[in-house]
Amino acid sequence: MKTRSLVSIDDLSTEEIIRILELAAEFEKNPIQEILHGKVVATLFFEPSTRTRLSFESAVSKLGGKVIGFSDSSSSSVTKGETLYDTIRTVNNYVDMIVMRHPIEGSARYASEISTVPVINAGDGANQHPTQTLLDLYSIQKTQGSLENLNICMVGDLKYGRTVHSLLMAMSRWKTSFNFVAPEELRMPDEYKLYLKNLGLDYYETADLSEIINLADIVYMTRVQRERFSDPMEYEKVKNAYVLHDNMLSDTKPGMKILHPLPRVNEINADVDSNTKAYYFEQALNGVYTRQAIICTLLGLK
Amino acid sequence: MKNINDPKQLLVSAIESGTVIDHIPARTLFKVIKILGLDRISNQITFGTNLDSKTDGKKAIIKIAGVFFEDDDINRIALVAPNAKLNIIKDYKVIEKRVVSVPDTITGIAKCMNPKCITNFETVTTRFRVVSKKPVALKCHYCEKITDQERIEII
Repeated sequence: MKTRSLVSIDDLSTEEIIRILELAAEFEKNPIQEILHGKVVATLFFEPSTRTRLSFESAVSKLGGKVIGFSDSSSSSVTKGETLYDTIRTVNNYVDMIVMRHPIEGSARYASEISTVPVINAGDGANQHPTQTLLDLYSIQKTQGSLENLNICMVGDLKYGRTVHSLLMAMSRWKTSFNFVAPEELRMPDEYKLYLKNLGLDYYETADLSEIINLADIVYMTRVQRERFSDPMEYEKVKNAYVLHDNMLSDTKPGMKILHPLPRVNEINADVDSNTKAYYFEQALNGVYTRQAIICTLLGLK
Repeated sequence: MKNINDPKQLLVSAIESGTVIDHIPARTLFKVIKILGLDRISNQITFGTNLDSKTDGKKAIIKIAGVFFEDDDINRIALVAPNAKLNIIKDYKVIEKRVVSVPDTITGIAKCMNPKCITNFETVTTRFRVVSKKPVALKCHYCEKITDQERIEII
């Protein structure tokens, strides 16, 4: 039953992460390869995530594999009351790999223990989304030339943002300086600050983006969602403080890049898109190469 | 050693051979019984509860005839009876005293406090890594959330 799955970014050693990033660079140079010829990958999306699903399906297709699956649980047997256990035990007979998104936390770990084929966690509730983290790392390394000693400015919802938590944990392997920019209600949770402190890494917290944006090598934007605020007035007060405009970028470092896990709503103004520092759409493209690298690594094909 | 004729010692009768588990908090006695599976064995068992204790408030004590526990088994009660002490009895004499210690992993005893954890939705045996022993903090193997001492619930 033991197969190699990817559930949490911590499942990977630093060497394995570096190897995946190298492989992603190879796929970027040569994305169309018949490595998955005759292989079938299931995309089981118990909750919709169009971007992540299409990115995986694109990655598999470019490698010559086939994709089967569903894009939300209303079109699966879950609506008939089937357990996750039964779904996985059944589907793993049809495919060589399972890519799963599920709203329940820990579901991916559980699926990986049941499945006879590798499972890739494409998001389990608020817990983990390791392929997002790997594509973020790939984008950072590609634009900065290295992962070492960078200044990363994380902006927006740092309390509930799964992507920023995983990225923080992963980047802390490379002596990163972190700046956290968030409204009072959405500050970085103590457990992550403690994690950095225990590693001897610096971080700085502020509610004012302009104070530190000029120091950043990477500005990682996230969405501040209205529903996260207990007091709607509080949201109205802060919502515009975390919106990036082109005129805020004039004194930033020349090599600085703006990342965003997408979807964006209004936290990056459209006038930023034409700035060479805007990198979020390229980041999405990098996601395809990174997922090609992850799939091939887990299947032992590269 | 307390005098055997001390009336407090006579509340629960002595055993010839077996294990005495003392200093169990009275409120977790039945959890200890369940964790050790004492409700499913045919050995002679006596227990006393709501006994006065100088150190623990109300305590409980269990005497199990003819049973000797491995460390791994007895450490399973550390979550609910962290100060429990074991006396191993042969020929009515205490031949060994042991204390319990919190193990590094906990399987199938505690419930994950995260209501969105898969272990609270499907029949999955819970698994935790003990990230702190005093006070106890458990990290769920599945959802990776921490369940702390105050919120530990025994299944």
